[in-house]
Amino acid sequence: MANQADLVIRDLHVTVENKEILKGVTLTIPKGEVHALMGPNGSGKSTLAYTLMGHLKYEVTGGEVIFKGQNILKLEPDERAKLGMFLAFQYPTAISGVTMFNFLRTAAKAVHGDSISPTQFRKLLREKMALLKMDESLMQRYLNDGFSGGEKKRAEILQMAVLQPEFAVLDETDSGLDIDALKTVAEGVSALASGNMGILIITHYQRILNYITPDYVHIMVAGAIVESGGRELVEQLEQQGYEKWVGAKAKVLATKGS
Amino acid sequence: MTDVITEVANPQVASVTDIGLENYKYGFRDKEDYVFKAKRGLNREIVEEISHMKNEPEWMRKFRLKALDYFERRPTPKWGGGGALEKIDFQNIYYYIRPTEKTSRSWEDVPEYIKGTFDRLGIPEAERKFLAGVGAQYESEVVYHSIRDDLAKKGVVFLSMDSALVEYPDLVRQYFSTLIPPNDNKYAALNSAVWSGGSFVYVPAGVKIDVPLQAYFRINAENMGQFERTLIIAEPGSYVHYVEGCTAPTYSSDSLHSAVVEIIVKEGARVRYTTIQNWSSNVFNLVTKRAAAYRDATMEWVDCNIGSQLTMKYPSVYMMEPGAHGEVLSIAFAGKGQHQDAGAKMVHAAPHTTSTIISKSISKNGGRATYRGLVKVHKGCHDVKSNVRCDALLLDENSRTDTYPYIEIEEDRVSIAHEATVSKVSDEQLFYLRSRGLSDSEATTMIVNGFIEPIIKELPMEYAVEMNRLIQLEMEGSVG
Repeated sequence: MANQADLVIRDLHVTVENKEILKGVTLTIPKGEVHALMGPNGSGKSTLAYTLMGHLKYEVTGGEVIFKGQNILKLEPDERAKLGMFLAFQYPTAISGVTMFNFLRTAAKAVHGDSISPTQFRKLLREKMALLKMDESLMQRYLNDGFSGGEKKRAEILQMAVLQPEFAVLDETDSGLDIDALKTVAEGVSALASGNMGILIITHYQRILNYITPDYVHIMVAGAIVESGGRELVEQLEQQGYEKWVGAKAKVLATKGS
Repeated sequence: MTDVITEVANPQVASVTDIGLENYKYGFRDKEDYVFKAKRGLNREIVEEISHMKNEPEWMRKFRLKALDYFERRPTPKWGGGGALEKIDFQNIYYYIRPTEKTSRSWEDVPEYIKGTFDRLGIPEAERKFLAGVGAQYESEVVYHSIRDDLAKKGVVFLSMDSALVEYPDLVRQYFSTLIPPNDNKYAALNSAVWSGGSFVYVPAGVKIDVPLQAYFRINAENMGQFERTLIIAEPGSYVHYVEGCTAPTYSSDSLHSAVVEIIVKEGARVRYTTIQNWSSNVFNLVTKRAAAYRDATMEWVDCNIGSQLTMKYPSVYMMEPGAHGEVLSIAFAGKGQHQDAGAKMVHAAPHTTSTIISKSISKNGGRATYRGLVKVHKGCHDVKSNVRCDALLLDENSRTDTYPYIEIEEDRVSIAHEATVSKVSDEQLFYLRSRGLSDSEATTMIVNGFIEPIIKELPMEYAVEMNRLIQLEMEGSVG
């Protein structure tokens, strides 16, 4: 029996602009576990991330996603956020004229209600910014507006730290980060993940996984998970590339098609 | 008794949603208990009557009658408003309503029901907290006026225009209508004929007023026409920030607001004039605002237009001597059934003058926002710099925005920049904010507030909060 805070994905099919991208994804991420999702470009990793958060462009044609005892596919993105879900975007959007501080305060209120006082909130914010080695002057800048690639990614993790979700997807949070920034961000994520949070890390590279140890690794090819295993999969992947799985998947698809 | 504020909707109104009452929180009205209410309609007798009741000097009576003549002869403008101007029935308007016998200097002396209205609008409270002086106009007359003692002692004058005509007749006569002649345009002519109320501000040389003076204009009666007339004279090296706010009850038939504002900014002086206009959606708002800035003087208009049925307003700065600087920061919010035709005029009449126009408009639910602006550089006015930026935000497919930037340059050595953008709230922005727990409407409001932030941050904190709240009210229930 799955725990309430586990995320359970069953046979998920997703279509984008009439093209099927996810072709039956099944995956369970128990609370407190870190799972890595790896795969070549275009395999459907980001589609899974957006679908979990409820982007309208991604049309679910089959399957279900259960979180805290309900099928979240019927929920609006903000309802999912309030339920404890979070997505760290690969390409965060800029919103001019809205300061980081105002945005974070509004988002924290939306997710957690008015329970936290302004003083407590400032304290929490300072603490989390220190963890991520961020300059406080960032709070007065406009949301992601003119941020460098690294600043954007850190800001995503800061949001996660402030909103304290129960389940988070990190969509290529490591891309565009130099090695120092990567270390800081990864250590930050590790610190946040030490509790009961379930995390799905989407990445192309093993390097972030040197700092965050995944409990499980999944390989996605052409819209389906083709192999799951422990962290030894990462090393295997590093040596052999995706060729093995891509070839096998192509063979399967060719057989199906004939 | 009449000291009861009635909040019941007008039974003639079929549906409150038709007129936008659901989001307009100032739509309440008072029962009428007036000293004098002229008959509906406009004619020579009404103009004579207004002048007679005010016991005016002969020159003003003649000025009014001549203006009436101009008004009657001028055709309705064909541009702007999309034909809506033709709809105004001038004979259905009340041109003069006197609510009380006199202007009070204490709120205690203002009739209870009128004071109640201004209490609800937060004026006496704002006065206690952060204002240097307050004028409150109700229908045609200023019912309350005050100025901080220390400023009065320094020679600052802040009076209703009517009182100024009595107390400072020479000063008024010297400047009155010098920037906006009665025949400037049809609605300035109308104002000149039937004007009543408004503010007179005189700031002596070198006096800098640290906190704003505020005037508040309230229309109460149905089919009311409010025609205040404001004149600000800033002597050399002085500074004043004047703020005006406006509201009216929601009625199913038209009201008319047609003001004239003239500002003289002398050498090295600076005037900032901030408008936070929030008319109900049955008001035609046709206003002429003009300033002259002399050597090294700065004139700034901060113009926030929310509400009304049709607003046509283009605050202008005439830069008369080198070093003069003009600035217009404008926000227009056009909701359902509303047309904001707003903008600015910068007239460079001297070399080495600079101007900036920043206009931000938002259209939603079929509303229409038009930017209409002019930058003119007269011959011989070299080394002029002007920057114009207009950004329009469309919240849905039914709404509309247009830009009419007129540029007339008669000189070569000038630098003129114009930039215009039209944007929509993007799905990606909405999804991003919603993934952080904000509802569709909260996310859109946040994007809109961010869009106007460059202008909001120019407002004193109290007004910035008020503006953000007004925008939020406009946004509520507007999405999805």
